[in-house]
Amino acid sequence: MTKYIIQRVLVSIPIFFGITVIVYALYALAPGDPLAMLLGERAMLEMTAEEIEAARESLGLNDPWHERYVAWFSRAIRGDLGYPLTGGYTVMELLQQRIGPTLLLMATAFVVSLLVGVPMGIVMALKQYSWIDYLVTVLAFAQLSIPSFFLALGAMYVFSLKLDVFPTSGLQTIGEPFSLWDRIHHLIMPSFILAAYFAGVWARYTRSSMLETMHLEFVTTARAKGLRERVVVVRHALRNALLPMITVASLSLGHLLGGSIIIETIFQWPGLGMLGWQATLNREYPILMGIILIASTTVLASNLLADILYAVVDPRIRYN
Amino acid sequence: MTNALQAGQKLRVDTPARRAMRRFTRHRLAMLGLGVLLILVALAVLAPAVAPHSPTKQELSLYRKPPNQDHWLGTDTFGRDVFTRLIYAGRVSLSVGLVAVGIYETIAILLGAVAGYYGSKVDWVIMRAVDVVMTIPTMIVIIFLVSILGPSMYNSMLAIGIMGWPEPTRLVRGQILSLREMDYVTAARSLGLPTYRIILRHVLPGVVAPLVVHATFGVAGAILLEAGLSFLGLGVPPPTPSWGNMMSSAQTLNILERVPWLWVPPGIAIMLSVLSINFIGDGLRDALDPRGMETG
Repeated sequence: MTKYIIQRVLVSIPIFFGITVIVYALYALAPGDPLAMLLGERAMLEMTAEEIEAARESLGLNDPWHERYVAWFSRAIRGDLGYPLTGGYTVMELLQQRIGPTLLLMATAFVVSLLVGVPMGIVMALKQYSWIDYLVTVLAFAQLSIPSFFLALGAMYVFSLKLDVFPTSGLQTIGEPFSLWDRIHHLIMPSFILAAYFAGVWARYTRSSMLETMHLEFVTTARAKGLRERVVVVRHALRNALLPMITVASLSLGHLLGGSIIIETIFQWPGLGMLGWQATLNREYPILMGIILIASTTVLASNLLADILYAVVDPRIRYN
Repeated sequence: MTNALQAGQKLRVDTPARRAMRRFTRHRLAMLGLGVLLILVALAVLAPAVAPHSPTKQELSLYRKPPNQDHWLGTDTFGRDVFTRLIYAGRVSLSVGLVAVGIYETIAILLGAVAGYYGSKVDWVIMRAVDVVMTIPTMIVIIFLVSILGPSMYNSMLAIGIMGWPEPTRLVRGQILSLREMDYVTAARSLGLPTYRIILRHVLPGVVAPLVVHATFGVAGAILLEAGLSFLGLGVPPPTPSWGNMMSSAQTLNILERVPWLWVPPGIAIMLSVLSINFIGDGLRDALDPRGMETG
């Protein structure tokens, strides 16, 4: 087991370096002079050519790209992701401010999607080829096919503008002190809409995984022992069918974050997604780099964790 | 076919292709999807002939007119016919989906085949590259790329195409690795068949089937991505209509509440086309690989 864990960690190291190379390459591709971004166009107009050249030299902008990458990397690894053009915060401080709301949104959406999707999958698998299987299949595909922003606009139209039961935007009611109920009230629409797509994914996944497991011999054995069908389904089939879900769930993390860009922008939810969107509009590339770096590292870590967890619960993996 | 049977000369051979075709045509949802998609594609291809108005001509006297006899889905802020723009937008959205997937499946076939065929170090490097790109949240990088390249239809295709290859590369590599060891491939080799024949007749078909299924779901995903990008204003820039950018005006509550004919029809169009393509993908999966594959 220790050997397996060490092996997985070692494989993650080159992947981490690969991520940083790509993030830096994106930055290097971006148009615009880094010096102008740092000092502002106007300040540069007032400088002589020699002064500009000296500033470039002292900032290391004339170094070859691999030296600049190493310099950026050694700063980034210590948490120094640079400064955005506006506002008095560093990129790291901005990310710290915005990560909370995003985590809240993602975690809620994740739990909701499992609570909706897995039972859908079980029902489909148990009633395979019946009308209810068809109905839920169509529903699951609809969840996979409806653009999240369309669902968001529709929900806003119905629940905010017509029925007036949920607020259209924000983290909480403006001008009121924090209250748990108010936060939940604001969280429901964005998190359910973000969850819709993933519920469809889980439903499809649970269905095929359940169908596969139900035909395995240990399920037949459990039935032959005379166990009640409910026990066979829940304790024997479902448990084993959901095992590979650990991996799928960790892979979905990145997609959840991607989905939160659109959801956060529509609902004005002040998280990483909305920050990324604003950074794109203002061409604040250090912020975008920071978001991609943080997000990818989180996904990498969660994949590593999922691999290890999976090996713990399924001994077949670690003996391979 | 019927003639051959009547003459009694030819025995009806149940080839795998014919069996797959039969399974596909029996898949009710897939046939429904195919029907809807054909209509959407026909409308898009024949747009200049079918559309009742011009997609870009502005008529300010027709400012946000609700649906009526002349304009079935009303008119937009610039007095343009929404139904016409919807049809023209189909051309953009569907072709972005097709081209983006074409780009990444091509990359995937090349990289996957190289990794699977050569193995060892080349394989290691390609597979780590796959891991890296799979770890990076796609949507954010696509937004980054499009903001660097500038919003346009071709850049959307490119950005989606650049980010999509890891999953199918894994698929192609895995298929090639497992097919290489199949008994029938060994048999073909021991019969002395030339390598190109083994690859063309015995290995490639095994790769093509799952790849086609993957590409079908991929087109659905790419259409959703493009719609999202255009909705945010980073995809296809106006005045060219795309289903996504037709909806971006609904980000203001006023339009959302008072002018629903601006955002509901394109939303339904996206959903219908993506749903149809997903149904077709499901049918293809059942037809081409009865043992079942991972769900997308």
